[in-house]
Amino acid sequence: MTGPQLDGLCVRDLRVTFDGFTAVDGVDLDVPPGDIRFLIGPNGAGKTTLVDAVTGLVRATGSARFGDRELLGRDVHRIARLGIGRTFQTASVFEELTVVQNLDIAAGATRSWWTLARRRHRVPDEVAAALETIGLADRGDQLAGALAHGQKQWLEIGMLLVSDARLLLLDEPVAGMSHEERDATGALLETVSRDRTVVVIEHDMDFLRRFARSVTVLHAGKVLSEGTVAQVQADPRVQEVYLGVDTASEA
Amino acid sequence: MTAAPLVGTDPASAAGTPAGGRRGRRFDGPARTAAGFALGAALLFAVAPLTLSDFRLSLLAKYLCVAMVAVGIGIAWGRGGMLTLGQGVFFGLGGYAMAMHLKLADAGPGELPDFMQLYGQLDELPLWWRPFASPWIALPATVLLPMAVAFGLGSLVFRRRVRGAYFAILSQALAAAMVILLVGQQGTTGGTNGLTDIQGFFGYDLDDPVNQRMVYFIIAASLLALLALARQLIRSRYGELLVAVRDGEERVRFLGYDPAGVKLVGYVIAAGMAGLAGALFVPAVGIISPALIGIVPSIEFVIGVAVGGRATLLGPVLGAVAVAWARTALSERFPGTWTYLQGLLFVLVVAFLPGGLASLWALARQRRSDPAGARWWRRSRAADPAETRTEVSAA
Amino acid sequence: MTVLFGQLFTGVSIGAVLLLIALGLALTFGQMNVINMAHGEFIMAGAYTTYVLQQTVTTAGWSLLVALPVAFAVAGAMGVLLEVLLIRRLYARPLDTLLVTWGVSLMLQQLARDVFGSPNVQTRAPALLTGNIALPGGLTVANNRLFILALALAAVLALTLALRLTPLGRRIRAVVQNRDLAAVSGIPTARVDRTTFFIGSGLAGVAGVALTLLGPIGPTMGTNLIIDAFLVVVVGGIGQLKGSVIVAFALGVLQATGEYLTTLSVAKVIVFVAIVAFLQWRPQGLFTLRTRSLA
Repeated sequence: MTGPQLDGLCVRDLRVTFDGFTAVDGVDLDVPPGDIRFLIGPNGAGKTTLVDAVTGLVRATGSARFGDRELLGRDVHRIARLGIGRTFQTASVFEELTVVQNLDIAAGATRSWWTLARRRHRVPDEVAAALETIGLADRGDQLAGALAHGQKQWLEIGMLLVSDARLLLLDEPVAGMSHEERDATGALLETVSRDRTVVVIEHDMDFLRRFARSVTVLHAGKVLSEGTVAQVQADPRVQEVYLGVDTASEA
Repeated sequence: MTAAPLVGTDPASAAGTPAGGRRGRRFDGPARTAAGFALGAALLFAVAPLTLSDFRLSLLAKYLCVAMVAVGIGIAWGRGGMLTLGQGVFFGLGGYAMAMHLKLADAGPGELPDFMQLYGQLDELPLWWRPFASPWIALPATVLLPMAVAFGLGSLVFRRRVRGAYFAILSQALAAAMVILLVGQQGTTGGTNGLTDIQGFFGYDLDDPVNQRMVYFIIAASLLALLALARQLIRSRYGELLVAVRDGEERVRFLGYDPAGVKLVGYVIAAGMAGLAGALFVPAVGIISPALIGIVPSIEFVIGVAVGGRATLLGPVLGAVAVAWARTALSERFPGTWTYLQGLLFVLVVAFLPGGLASLWALARQRRSDPAGARWWRRSRAADPAETRTEVSAA
Repeated sequence: MTVLFGQLFTGVSIGAVLLLIALGLALTFGQMNVINMAHGEFIMAGAYTTYVLQQTVTTAGWSLLVALPVAFAVAGAMGVLLEVLLIRRLYARPLDTLLVTWGVSLMLQQLARDVFGSPNVQTRAPALLTGNIALPGGLTVANNRLFILALALAAVLALTLALRLTPLGRRIRAVVQNRDLAAVSGIPTARVDRTTFFIGSGLAGVAGVALTLLGPIGPTMGTNLIIDAFLVVVVGGIGQLKGSVIVAFALGVLQATGEYLTTLSVAKVIVFVAIVAFLQWRPQGLFTLRTRSLA
């Protein structure tokens, strides 16, 4: 399952405005290939809106390139086909389909109508592989709606894997998870980042310290600070934004 | 939750693990399917013609036409979440295309259909009637015309993400506009009366009971063919995708699909099915008129589907036939009572049994095969989305 | 010029009727996202209320004036009953609400047939509203149309002020914008829903009173009007009244112009095509509240 090539995300002067309110205000962001970049910042900092803009859900000005492809201005599904995959804060899997069906659909965006018109007679190899990777191998026939919360999040990540996403944008993937589930998710991210670039929006500082390779702090739609976990934590501006609260204690 | 994911396993080694074959499931054997179709064929081709009078058989032919529309609604609404309240339009397009051809054939070459002579404003056949003189154009048109209209409307509205209630209202407005248009153009469409008194069907006299039986057999065979098509569609990858679009249109988009295309296919197929049904309705009943295709009949098509079970394969068919039969049986004797009953049925089923009667069937079957009780039932019922569906999320 | 003005006025008066009907829907559909197909039967209830009142209050003018509040109350009460018995259980399933309320509308139509008989009935219009007003330049406008226009505008004004200025209006808007937040802020959302439904349905009753001035009263009088009214709200945009107001008049004028240039039936098709074309440009309607929500 080695991707053909590892690309990075390069965002320049990105701006998103909602009816006069600027949610993302001229963000520059470079995520090198194979990175696990965490985006943090207080509520309303523009983290999710940034991901929305990159994935085509909201209109933005500026530039967002993945590899050598410009993403802005394309339709959502076209951007997805360029290898950009995302998850949502509330796990959104197809609850009335089985785990295997969920993954099979995710794997099939480029299938021909002829293939679509026929039945799936076995579990495709890439689906079986993803089932192992996300630890749901014994639950393939279960309805996605019957999965535990954490398992749904993994299934979403698995759906991105089989869809051949090479840039994963994960919106609070460990929210509501137990400690064991968080550890497993972090390990999953490390596996995944071998041949993919990963961007994670997360509030969980403990999780960030353990698994982030680099961190970008957003505040009021702008980049406040960027660097390794240690660099960011030492940045006085970051401490100020978090109202003097030591970021380390916020978990 | 104890099972941690097997992170670190070399993904390649896991390839090919038979993690989730759906084969061997009780509802899914080819033998079962074959048996089902054989039973259906036996009922439709042997039992019904042998036991029913000519009159009852022609009523059944009419019900089966409604059932064909229902199969399409089951796909568009039950599987695709597109509540189409305008299937009468497609039924009507198919019906009018067929009726126009039959009227022209009745009139004979070069002659005007009787109603045009009656209104007496026309000296020659209107331009848009002329192609329908040829069976090679009229017959394909009964299916292709509705599909083309559905394609036109669908590609416009689905692409712009008009959906849910908006789509339902728009489809209903289409039915209203179509009826007003037909009624308004009385000289060329027969107006409120529609196209009536159709005598022949490709050389066969429709007054002859033998030929009426032939029409019945054509309808029964068509219904079985549509069921086979619907079954294939539901079980194909496309069918899974359609359900995914129904439950999470945006999510599907973020996986790289264009949901508009997925929905469009389901909608167009449903329109084609309604068109075929309308085309066959005409020789079975001998008339097509605005009253058969407007807002009210369009919603009534949906009733049967809701009662039978919208997301199942057979539910819409059985529901449509049952409701149509009940209407005939009751409305003759107690017309007012039937309207109350129809309204009440709709309210009770949709509000309190959204899975339709099929969910009762599923309940009974689960109880029998597993005595563990209702809680297990609830989970396992949910475990086969092809069998039942209880909630349609909209907008 | 006379023709142009005549058509314009015809269009505006069609728009006024649409607006009266759509105003209630703008509350129940626009604000609460409930598709109430029985709204048309609430119109019918308002019309029959006028008819019944005229049996006792025989002066046509007085009976019309009395009918306005009574019809509002009757239709509103029916709406609350429907909300409490059925719709409340279905808030999460808007499409199912549509189907359920259609079943209710069937039953109400039959009820009307059983009570008042299938044939249409008529009310007498007050003398004041039967004539025409002659304007300079040879123009005439029908008094009853003028009255309906005034009634529609008054209803819009009253509703707008009520939503803006009264505590109830603030509560309604709060529930529309963020139901959960409103609930935790101590607003009794269920009661607000019921009140919204009362007002929306009551407006249908008022529309029914107005319609008695234009034509006969029958069990199915609501069915045909209701779809046009829904289209007004769809095109106008959810959650705001001004979209519905503009669109009601725009569709009215378009319908009248189309009718003048072609025929009634072709005009209907023109309106439908125009709506589909409009939704290409603004799929969410004329005015929308932009949000970031996924759906």
